[in-house]
Amino acid sequence: MCAKPIKKEPKQVETTGHIWDGIEELNNPMPRWWVWTFYATIVWGIGYSVAYPAWPLITGATPGLIGSSTRADVAAEIARVDAANAEIKASLVAADLNGIGTDPDLAAYAERAGAAVFRTNCSTCHGSGAAGFEGKGYPNLLDDDWLWGGTMEDIHLTITHGIRNTTDADARYSQMPSFGADELLDPTQNSQVVEYVLQMSGQDHDAALATAGATVFAENCAACHLEDGAGDRAQGAPRLNDAIWLYGGSREAITASINVANFGVMPNWNTRLSEDEIRAVAFYVHSRGGGE
Amino acid sequence: MTQQDADPPSLYVAREPIFPRRVKGNFRTLKWWLLALMLGIYYVTPWIRWDRGPNLPDQAVLIDLPGRRFFFFMIEIWPHEFYFIAGLLIMAGLGLFLFTSAAGRVWCGYACPQTVWTDLFILVERWIEGDRNARIRLHRQPWNWEKLIKNGIKWWVWLLIGLATGGAWIFYFTDAPTLLRDLVTFQAHPVAYITMLILTFTTFFFGGFAREQICIYACPWPRIQAAMMDEDTLTIAYREWRGEPRGKQTVEGNGDCIDCMACVNVCPMGIDIRDGQQLACITCGLCIDACNDVMDRIGKPRDLIGYMALTDETRERAGEPAKSVWSHVFRPRTVLYTVLWAGVGIGLVVALFLRSPIDVSVTPVRNPTFVTLSDGSIRNAYDLRLRNMQGDDAQFTVTVTSDARVAIALEGSDTLTVTVPANETMQQRVYLTAAPDSEAAREDRSEVRIWVEELGTPNRIHQDTVFNGKEADDD
Repeated sequence: MCAKPIKKEPKQVETTGHIWDGIEELNNPMPRWWVWTFYATIVWGIGYSVAYPAWPLITGATPGLIGSSTRADVAAEIARVDAANAEIKASLVAADLNGIGTDPDLAAYAERAGAAVFRTNCSTCHGSGAAGFEGKGYPNLLDDDWLWGGTMEDIHLTITHGIRNTTDADARYSQMPSFGADELLDPTQNSQVVEYVLQMSGQDHDAALATAGATVFAENCAACHLEDGAGDRAQGAPRLNDAIWLYGGSREAITASINVANFGVMPNWNTRLSEDEIRAVAFYVHSRGGGE
Repeated sequence: MTQQDADPPSLYVAREPIFPRRVKGNFRTLKWWLLALMLGIYYVTPWIRWDRGPNLPDQAVLIDLPGRRFFFFMIEIWPHEFYFIAGLLIMAGLGLFLFTSAAGRVWCGYACPQTVWTDLFILVERWIEGDRNARIRLHRQPWNWEKLIKNGIKWWVWLLIGLATGGAWIFYFTDAPTLLRDLVTFQAHPVAYITMLILTFTTFFFGGFAREQICIYACPWPRIQAAMMDEDTLTIAYREWRGEPRGKQTVEGNGDCIDCMACVNVCPMGIDIRDGQQLACITCGLCIDACNDVMDRIGKPRDLIGYMALTDETRERAGEPAKSVWSHVFRPRTVLYTVLWAGVGIGLVVALFLRSPIDVSVTPVRNPTFVTLSDGSIRNAYDLRLRNMQGDDAQFTVTVTSDARVAIALEGSDTLTVTVPANETMQQRVYLTAAPDSEAAREDRSEVRIWVEELGTPNRIHQDTVFNGKEADDD
């Protein structure tokens, strides 16, 4: 910092007395206020470490005189947001399920709140994009195929009570027999019905076996999956004559499903989520492209 | 290395108070006009009204931080148009480069807020305490009633100026008349008061007490601008070959400088320009005025101190005439800066006139990349952000064009039309579906173009995106 010019006569600017190869080190002193500013920051630092949590101890840190806590700040902020949302939560609970989408404010809130609930609670099985896990029995929630119904009421009911769980008496329940393992069908019949299912879903199949399989299907499967394989939502029997498969649509996968039946369980969420959260996430799922 | 035997020199010094004397002249007049103009712009701008219709604020210049908008007369800048601000900042930077390379530290000397407000504060000081000699006397006398009262009045006036400065600043960020009413009725937001308080005291302190210390110790600009100056840059210099040896006119052989110290006494930085170019000089030109006044009185030619380029100094020492000012100003460097500056400016103006009042950004949903429907058709989802940058609600129609045959549908709607409220951005999910076993459904990717059209207007914009078929990697 050279506030004063380097003059021709070196006497005019004080030097530090240091000379290297004839080059003198000029002394342009710092302004004194700057030094005081430096001392002031030290005083400030001491004051700060007394007022705020600062010094680490064995468990935790010194609390500070003014009781500042970022954790408490976050808790207060959450409480503030909850209080601010109380009104719209109440109107969400009071609203008609199908009326949520027609109220822009309610829809905007349900969309965002539902997304948060979904990420926290549902994405573990259904995936963060709600696309499920094809072939592993976690349904894709984006498509137009629903096991237990895709209206707002159906989705709300499914989330509230879950599917095939033992903790909620209102959970919808159904069970497919293990036709192969329990020897309800012999291996020949089994392979015949597999070809028939492949045929009704428009895949490559053995026509002769499929014709025979039609009889097996009508006697054993049509009660739940209906004669044309359209499925029955009342008992959660999947539709078989389409391109969407819960446990896989290949010959091997269908054979495995008939041999040892699958039993997908979804927990009931009425004990973990509040009604407004359930409604929000139902709306979120309903507005992902598959809602009916 | 040799060590001289001497007392260790002091590492710190107290500030030497500076008492600039009143001066008259061309540069002083110019500086007063510039001061009035710039302070006028600063204080008046927030109060200019500009009718934008019922849904928008009527303040001509408004930085609406909560609403994420910047209003400047007929121009409205949205956050996604921040490149306008970036462009203006680049122009401001290039403008500084241009002026600095042509005329040195003109920013420091004439336009910098630190200089302008310090000028104003010194003016107040002079009105209350008198000119240089009176102020020095007041400074040296012990604290008594006179000193207390004069300083007290001065500080109060400074504080009022500071308050007006901080007050005007916050008016740029919200509706000025409303805010003024809220401020005086103590209903304004605490942030407004805190901002005012901080700016009041920084103005008070910087303009009243720190003054030249800011320029010398705090400001980075004097260090940076050395890089833009060369031997053709105009700076203020003392013609020592004409002035030296300085001293009484009556003594034979003395130069034109009578060592009256007028140039030193008027300097707001407290330096002696006769020492040559130095960091502390902000090139305000007041020493030129002071010296010219003296030269007129003793009947010598003017401009013993004057604006001069380094090349002129060499020429004048050699007895040659100086080059004209314009030959210094027009040179490749300044022409380049001007061209760059104008280029950015023209680009911004063109962008301003070409921009559409509606805007769309399309984000393909990539989790998952596609969804298989019951009949085997493939569906992709896209999140559209539709911006209606107009004062009235608008109806947008969303359509798609593509070589691939895809059908379009909107989430939550049976039609392809959405209403976007005035001055709002709306998110809308859009679905494209390709029939089972169609080319688009089977292939990896197909190019698609999504069009957004405002009903009843020629506003029509598009964005290109892709449609993912079954072959698309789930990444």
